[in-house]
Amino acid sequence: MLHLVNKSPFASTSLESCLKFATKGAPILLFEDGIYGAMSGTALEAKIKDVMKDHPVYALKEDLMARGIDVVIDGVKTIDYPGFVELVERHKTCTWS
Amino acid sequence: MFVMRKAPYGTIYSFEGLETVLIMGAYEQDVSLLFVDDGVYSIKKGTDTTPLGIKNFSPTFRVLEGYDIEKLYIDKESMDSRGLTLDDFVVEPEVLDKEQIAKLMEEQDVLFPF
Repeated sequence: MLHLVNKSPFASTSLESCLKFATKGAPILLFEDGIYGAMSGTALEAKIKDVMKDHPVYALKEDLMARGIDVVIDGVKTIDYPGFVELVERHKTCTWS
Repeated sequence: MFVMRKAPYGTIYSFEGLETVLIMGAYEQDVSLLFVDDGVYSIKKGTDTTPLGIKNFSPTFRVLEGYDIEKLYIDKESMDSRGLTLDDFVVEPEVLDKEQIAKLMEEQDVLFPF
């Protein structure tokens, strides 16, 4: 199951709830305001690094660019819209909005 | 005082807030802006919304000065927890701690949340 998170982890419990139910190995895609979780140097960095022990974490490039984020946490994979489509093709999805 | 609390582009709040600020500026009101929580992201430098196909309004915060809107404030805690410094912004708001912000809010006639 691919988990889609599109709300800021600083403003919403979307990421928290996602982590509560995501099974080990399930990929997590951060997009729209969700990408703030992928930014390097925030108070959440250690937590995201922990999450990556159990889940591949992706961040949508177009949303990172729109918000002026150049540096993502080491290990977060940046993907574009075609990459997003490929992920969705390969998995069932669960959206945490 | 306008209180900007939401991130840009994910929702319309930040953009509409800025529009309202500019209108109020035209009426020569004593307008000030406070950036707290995810609102601090709305003045992040280096935004490029081309791939999303939507208007990039972050640089527009720079024109506020031309409207005589010079009172910009930012919550230190919100900046710090997001790993941001004054160098990350298109404008240079005054950095305040929570006690200073509480006092400033008490002094306002009206607060507009966005």
